[in-house]
Amino acid sequence: MTQITVALTKGRILQETLPLLQAAGIAPLEDITRSRKLLFATNQAHIRLLILRGVDVPTYVQFGAADVGVAGKDTLLEHGGDGYYEPLDLGIAACRLMTASVAGAPPVEGRIIVATKYVNVARQFYARLGRQAEFIKLYGAMELAPILNLADEIVDIVDTGKTLAANGLEARDHIADISSRLIVNKIAMKTNYVSIQHILDALRKVVEGKQ
Amino acid sequence: MVEADRWILPDGVEDIFPERARSVERMRRRLLDLYECWGYDLVIPPMLEYTESLLTAAGEDLDLMTFRVTDQLSGRMMGIRADITPQTARMDAHSLAVDGPSRLCYAGTVLHTRARDPLSSRTPISIGVELFGERCLQADLEVISLFLESLKVAEVGPVCLDLGHVDICRGLLREAHLDAERERQFYALLQHKGVRDIQQWISTHIKDTRLAQWLMLLPTLTGGTDVLDRAQDQLRGAPCEVLAALKLLREVATAVSQNDVDVYFDLSEMPGYHYHTGLVFGAYARGYGKTLGNGGRYDHIGEAFGRSRPATGFAFDLYALVSQGTIDSGGVKGICFIDSGDREIFTEAERLRAAGERVVQLFAERQVDYYQINCDRKLLRENGRVVIKQLCEI
Repeated sequence: MTQITVALTKGRILQETLPLLQAAGIAPLEDITRSRKLLFATNQAHIRLLILRGVDVPTYVQFGAADVGVAGKDTLLEHGGDGYYEPLDLGIAACRLMTASVAGAPPVEGRIIVATKYVNVARQFYARLGRQAEFIKLYGAMELAPILNLADEIVDIVDTGKTLAANGLEARDHIADISSRLIVNKIAMKTNYVSIQHILDALRKVVEGKQ
Repeated sequence: MVEADRWILPDGVEDIFPERARSVERMRRRLLDLYECWGYDLVIPPMLEYTESLLTAAGEDLDLMTFRVTDQLSGRMMGIRADITPQTARMDAHSLAVDGPSRLCYAGTVLHTRARDPLSSRTPISIGVELFGERCLQADLEVISLFLESLKVAEVGPVCLDLGHVDICRGLLREAHLDAERERQFYALLQHKGVRDIQQWISTHIKDTRLAQWLMLLPTLTGGTDVLDRAQDQLRGAPCEVLAALKLLREVATAVSQNDVDVYFDLSEMPGYHYHTGLVFGAYARGYGKTLGNGGRYDHIGEAFGRSRPATGFAFDLYALVSQGTIDSGGVKGICFIDSGDREIFTEAERLRAAGERVVQLFAERQVDYYQINCDRKLLRENGRVVIKQLCEI
């Protein structure tokens, strides 16, 4: 069988993906969480796992370096999604993509300044609202931006809302529901259909069984 | 721009150096010879024309791919072709005006504002054929056979042939009576086959439950020949154009099954540009992240030029074929000689050139890199006679 490379997103998504893979019959031969390696063999000789930062997963899959990937919908929305299919919602790492600002702060009139790591998604969202906005790209600790007057609002993923509350912020507009998705390189899907469909069917069964 | 940056070419724009250029040219000749053998006449449409003629019949996607310049003579907007097919359609509809079928082929550089596939060239060479004036199944089969034959001639290894038909998706959407914007949204979602997103969209916009079920099936109708059986079964009662499309796909699948190719069906994807009206197909090589070539039926483009004609054809990205094919640069080594004023050597060099040999003149007193000038023999005078000796023997 042809080799299939599956790119996984490290961190919380990885923790929730591994049990799904296990249930679908794909298990790494060593403990991923304890190893510093980035590439892992599995109990199925033709499948190997690649552990990446989330933002790199769509890139690896888009260029065909990985055939299949698991990434958050937030990352996929920001990436733009050329070159891969998104055939399965894994239903894990669920959260929401939202705007937030200082609790109780009055709405900003005119041009608004938004800090986010999702610049593309945010640009589309404010354009849809018909609001003129400027964007500041940040890589973390978004919550600080409105407190320190760097921005009026932030766009970020919100899980329980506790981090926002702890920093005196409140969630405002809902942009999208987020969960992790299985993505497949378009050309790999066509040229390597049998092996990939096999993985897809097994995972679909596991996901549907959980619902 | 500082001196050190001046050599930098724009993203997606590259030079093709001698070894690869030779392979590209050999591949181009081989394919054009093949098309000649099948009765396709070579045409050379211009690099640019007015945007009205270049883009009238083409879809929005081609419009976005097209570079534009202003014509200093007329002040009108001109486009640099991003695709040669609409040009040949114009030639067939207006200038050639043949009544029966007309077969044309071409090879030329096109320009893309954005690369079609990641890391692809924005200045690829497009090579292909178009068959105008014939709507029958045999015409579709002729073109798809020539498509597969081209891949054989190009010595590309195992390929996957991707088959689809635009009427399956269009036929179902027509039932939904959506406005253009909604249709665009649905097509965009289908391109990613995001089942969850498609589900949400359908539940918001499609009220008819049977139609909703059919549309929901679209992203799952991919795979081997069993897809046609599933579609036949699950789309029972669908509009007749959908069923006719399935029938045509089955006929094509049977015809191509004699070839040694993997056939993959995708009943929801629209490969290539959006001017297609029927059967669509593409070729992919395993482990190669770009499309080798694609084609399909695109009736009625000629209407914009006064004559609506059935049309079908395909185009390959010549660079992609070269990178996946085994046609090399030919490996022909040349003969070198030193210009020492010896008339007889000169005459012999001319005779060899006339016989088709590569004969390279060297300049006296210069160090020569024989590898670079691609020669393995030398023309020289030895014991009073003009002879050719292997360089390794000298």
